Amino acid sequence: MKKIKSILFSFFLLLFLFNLSFPQESSDPRPPTEIKAFDTPNDNGHAITVIWKLSADDGKVKNNVVAYEILRSDSPEGEFEIRGMVPVGENLFEDKGAKEKKDKNYFPSHKNFYYKVRAKADKTFSESEVSKPAFAYGQWYHTGKTTVLAGVIVFSVFALAFINLAKKGKELYIRPLAGIEAVDEAIGRATEMGKPILYILGLGSAEMIATIASFTILSRVAKKTAEYQTPILVPCYDAVVMAVAQETVRAAYLEAGRPDFYKEENIFFVTSMQFAYVAGVNGIMLREKPATNFYLGKFYAESLILAETGSVAGSIQISGTDEIAQIPFFIAATDYTLIGEELYAASAYLGKEPVLLGTLKAQDWGKAVVIISLILGALAASFGFQFFLNLFRVQL
Amino acid sequence: MSTSIGVWIAAFLTLGIMSFLYKDNPIYKFCEAVFVGVSAGYWFVVEFFNVFLPKVYDNVGIAVNVLLVQGRVDWFHWSYLLGGILGVLMLLRLVPKIGWISRWPLAVVVGTTAGLWLINYLVSNAMRQIQSTIIPLYVAGDLNATIGSIILVVGTFCGLIYFFFSKEHKGAFGGAAKIGIWFIMITFGASFGYTVMSRMSLLIARMDFLVGTWLGLIR
Repeated sequence: MKKIKSILFSFFLLLFLFNLSFPQESSDPRPPTEIKAFDTPNDNGHAITVIWKLSADDGKVKNNVVAYEILRSDSPEGEFEIRGMVPVGENLFEDKGAKEKKDKNYFPSHKNFYYKVRAKADKTFSESEVSKPAFAYGQWYHTGKTTVLAGVIVFSVFALAFINLAKKGKELYIRPLAGIEAVDEAIGRATEMGKPILYILGLGSAEMIATIASFTILSRVAKKTAEYQTPILVPCYDAVVMAVAQETVRAAYLEAGRPDFYKEENIFFVTSMQFAYVAGVNGIMLREKPATNFYLGKFYAESLILAETGSVAGSIQISGTDEIAQIPFFIAATDYTLIGEELYAASAYLGKEPVLLGTLKAQDWGKAVVIISLILGALAASFGFQFFLNLFRVQL
Repeated sequence: MSTSIGVWIAAFLTLGIMSFLYKDNPIYKFCEAVFVGVSAGYWFVVEFFNVFLPKVYDNVGIAVNVLLVQGRVDWFHWSYLLGGILGVLMLLRLVPKIGWISRWPLAVVVGTTAGLWLINYLVSNAMRQIQSTIIPLYVAGDLNATIGSIILVVGTFCGLIYFFFSKEHKGAFGGAAKIGIWFIMITFGASFGYTVMSRMSLLIARMDFLVGTWLGLIR
């Protein structure tokens, strides 16, 4: 028994001495390697992307790396500053800054920067080698948007071809739209009642597609009102929209041969605050009692308030917007509603201009391409082919 | 009950606007005029300080400074003057004889920004939609996902048929369009309910202001 005790004592003593004779394994994690810095592609030239090979201790129990810090300097020996941090397991960081020189986070283009990556363990860290220099520069062409370019080219070819056909006098069929069929009836009603027509272009700015479509319809409506000598009121939310609306109505009155009947004060600016505008227009509806209200353009939360008030005032109401969330309110509260793209179609249908008709036809052909792509894409995806999906992938 | 004059004014204006629910009346007219007038004035100030000063005045100021101090032309900052010139041209509407010049800035603004929107529309309304619809019709072992995928693809297909304007909605084409409008209407119904609920929260906020902040009846 004594002998066993002495053997055990000797064993543990040896173990202790052996442990002392070798230094403890370093607690620093092993550093990231193969660090590379390069200009971020497809941007405006104010970002550099840094990639690296993960530390060998990434995801390990001992010396486990908890995060990577990315450091930057404008010289390899210079002082490095921390630019960001990514969690464990990630090996990419985009060092992105502002393009404005006044901005605190300004990132200069065409200036060399050096990077290193710090692998952080619980209390210690280790750093990679310094990267080769890299500088940021902007690209003229965004390769991730090639599909968009192809789409624009295809659409443009369709549009030019159909515009050309329309100009040559070819009859381009467009199916009738209930809301548009009602326009003449609504103007006639206003004339019979001797009351004005209220035309609301919505809250969109002049360059929005819905507003542009609304200008075309306004032109047609204004021409009819000029012929029938019915006043038209256009309260505007945006000053530029007001200016365009005035030009549109003036041109329509001129075309109808009644420039003398045009009253600029009937196309007026109200305010650019949403609900103040609604309060103003609601007041107009109840005081002027227009026979017909048109709500065509871009509408937001005010759509139901306006349409309900118009309904209370007893007006015939025709609405149309491409703002999906507002269409249900117009359907519920107005007599005729142009749903989404019907608004654009209506402008072409009423305008009968070759450019508009040709563009609408091109849109239809574009939709045909989309429908075919959808069917083929869904079938291909069902059999595990991702070709069609990749075709429509757009990088922003 | 609140002792703040601001709260009392806000409560009066809230009740004044709400009185419209009964009928048009002088108090509503007063509140409407205040609302419209104050907001128009407010937006003028906002536009002046947030657009004119930082965009035109500051940048042109830098350009002039660089020219005077360094003797070089800073094209980048001078380019901001272009917007200012377009703005001045727009104001020429006020001069009847040369008012036609104001159409130029309108054409520039509408044309260039509509061109920019084209890309956004194409990406969000076409590319992204197509991308989200190209999905496998059959998901092995998951009946719900399979039904969901088929509904999504059929709904999108029929919805697109409805918005096809070059052909009359007759026969099989008309049938697909009819299914499409059903899909669209069901979507609108869901959207309607969702939005009504969010509007209710706005009403609750106003009631909370009147009953809580103003009258102090709830805490």
